[in-house]
Amino acid sequence: MGYQINEEKVFNSGHAACPGCSEALAMRYIVNTLGPDTIGVVPPSCIAIISGPQPLSSMRMPVYQTTLEASAASATGIARALKAKGNDHTKVVAIAGDGGTYDIGFQSLSSAAERNEDFIYICLDNEGYMNTGAQKSSSTPYLAYTASTPAGKPTPKKNLAEIMAAHRIPYMATATTGYPEDLARKVAKAKGIRGLRFIVVLTPCLDGWGLADNAGPKVSRLAVETGVFPLYEVENGEHYTLNYGSKGTPINQYLSLQKRYRHLNQAQIEEIQIEVDNNWQRLHRKFST
Amino acid sequence: MNEKNNRILVNGNHAVAYGVKLAQPQVVPIYPITPQTPIVEKISEFQAAGEMVVELVTAESEHSAMAACITASLTGARVFTATASQGLMLMHEMLHYASGARAPIVMFNVNRTIGSPWGFWPDQTDSLAQRDTGWIHYYCEHGQESLDTVLQAYRVAEKVMLPAMVMHEAFYVSHALDIVEVPAQKDVDQYLPAFNPLHRLDPEIGESWGNTVNQEMFYRHRRDLGLAMESVIDVAQEADTEWQELTGRGYGIIEKYRCDDAELVIVTMGSMVGTARDAVDNLRMEGVPVGLLKVKLFRPFPTEAVRQALMSVPKVMVLDRNFAPGTGGFLHQELKAALYGVDDGPGVHGYLTGVGGTNISPNNIAALVREAMSTTPIASSVWKG
Ligand SMILES: Cc1ncc(C[n+]2csc(CCOP(=O)(O)OP(=O)(O)O)c2C)c(N)n1
Ligand code: SF4
Ligand SMILES: [Mg+2]
Repeated sequence: MGYQINEEKVFNSGHAACPGCSEALAMRYIVNTLGPDTIGVVPPSCIAIISGPQPLSSMRMPVYQTTLEASAASATGIARALKAKGNDHTKVVAIAGDGGTYDIGFQSLSSAAERNEDFIYICLDNEGYMNTGAQKSSSTPYLAYTASTPAGKPTPKKNLAEIMAAHRIPYMATATTGYPEDLARKVAKAKGIRGLRFIVVLTPCLDGWGLADNAGPKVSRLAVETGVFPLYEVENGEHYTLNYGSKGTPINQYLSLQKRYRHLNQAQIEEIQIEVDNNWQRLHRKFST
Repeated sequence: MNEKNNRILVNGNHAVAYGVKLAQPQVVPIYPITPQTPIVEKISEFQAAGEMVVELVTAESEHSAMAACITASLTGARVFTATASQGLMLMHEMLHYASGARAPIVMFNVNRTIGSPWGFWPDQTDSLAQRDTGWIHYYCEHGQESLDTVLQAYRVAEKVMLPAMVMHEAFYVSHALDIVEVPAQKDVDQYLPAFNPLHRLDPEIGESWGNTVNQEMFYRHRRDLGLAMESVIDVAQEADTEWQELTGRGYGIIEKYRCDDAELVIVTMGSMVGTARDAVDNLRMEGVPVGLLKVKLFRPFPTEAVRQALMSVPKVMVLDRNFAPGTGGFLHQELKAALYGVDDGPGVHGYLTGVGGTNISPNNIAALVREAMSTTPIASSVWKG
């Protein structure tokens, strides 16, 4: 795509993420692309920890830390107040985890999307409640181990990207930290649009997924190449664009790097392969229209 | 229509909406619930007619409405919302969040029974159960007072930087028609200056809110919140005095009614005050020395004023249209605590009257006064229908 990342230094080193954390990497590209004329909303999550304990902050912009279920409603309040005060330049961004987005915060997000509120909502999706010790969320994939699904999660990951697209918001995109140019480009694109913009960013968690300290980017790329997490954009719920899709890489290459899947037997791995292939086929049909 | 003397016939809820309109909030997140809905409907009508310039947020829940109120307030906008009963229950988490954030939101709550089971009846348990959330609480007797108190609440909240909720009861006040005087906009503008907080979410200032703090910082924060709450007593008194100078209507933070030489003083809040006034008038006509103390400001509790008012009264009879299982009437509890340590203080009867919305007439109250005068009070609240 040839996108040149253009960073303004809003995110700083010295934050409290685990070394090698993909959430911190994602936050860097997000806020450095949005720039300092931004107000952030962050709910409880690893993101809140990375934002920094008072009086310190990892970000050179105002950040409001809200409650777990209220990110979209809190962002709404800021966006509307800015509008009421005639400020049409400051951007509002909510950065929330998958637990705070797919689960407890979904109601307020869906409503803000339906009202087409003017802010960017970014979900840093590490497929579990990591800040509370890696329990399952509705984003946790089929058969993955978490502290609350020790035998493996019996149901598949909720397809939030499609649910958000179905709200017919101006912009919905998927991204992941292994493709930083793609992530930064999507944030820049979202920045230039008005209304509710939603980006879900797959952010592999070292601790929750059982990864080596340096495995984040590699696992992120494998998620795309195996077809587990295709990177695409949807405008107004209708216009689908594929950025990076499956290369047909066998699923085992992705699973075997993660301790959360080490209990799987061969039949289960094959079952996951079939599920991933089916999902990819289903999604792929949308790009040809 | 005379600009200074705009008298209209409206129900209690519409009176509130006229008060809100005069306060000119910039962001109003709303969610419907009986019997509050006429307030936000009227505000929506004002907006549609161009009489109010306001960002209305049709939230999907009261929880989100309050979440949006907090951030809009922290971004420097004046905000309003209204709710009742289950809606207030759903907000509970955000009520603490609002006071912690020192967001001077003004909210109107129409007191209604809380489920289960379902009911739509006047009962103050909903807001009284929020008494420890760090909000200023006002209870009103009629639509005019509700209108006036909304404006006083903004004045106080924005001065001390704490949120305020104002209450009147379901149907008895919310849907009862009354003549209400709507003050002139220029008078209100003079009374209530534009909201321009020093600290706000603004990239030019670069301040954040809500981040994790250590124990010492948390301690200081709670203590400061407590000091702000304490300061409300004087600020609210002053706000009421100035309102009276401006409009001729003042209420005080408490009101003593015919308390001179009283052998017994009835203490109550909200719509029960009106009924008790009639009872006092009737009893006084019969020569029974009885008075009434209305508690208007409930949080912070006006302990000193209440002690002064009741110090030399032999007996007090508290009427609670609310109920906390395990402790009884909320006002009864507060009264006992407020009078603790007063030398030779009054005996305090606590009666649960009208809980769940049952009708209490002036005659019922008169009968209770006679009973209370001839019996010794017990520590707990007593069910009286
Ligand atoms: C109402 C409420 N319930 C529970 C919690 C506890 N809690 C804090 S963070 C968290 C998990 C968040 O998970 P996610 O949104 O995926 O973020 P992550 O930690 O994975 O970055 C939970 C359950 C809370 N803060 N608030
Ligand atoms: S637990 Fe996971 S998401 Fe949280 S800081 Fe560590 S690596 Fe990042
Ligand atoms: Mg998570």
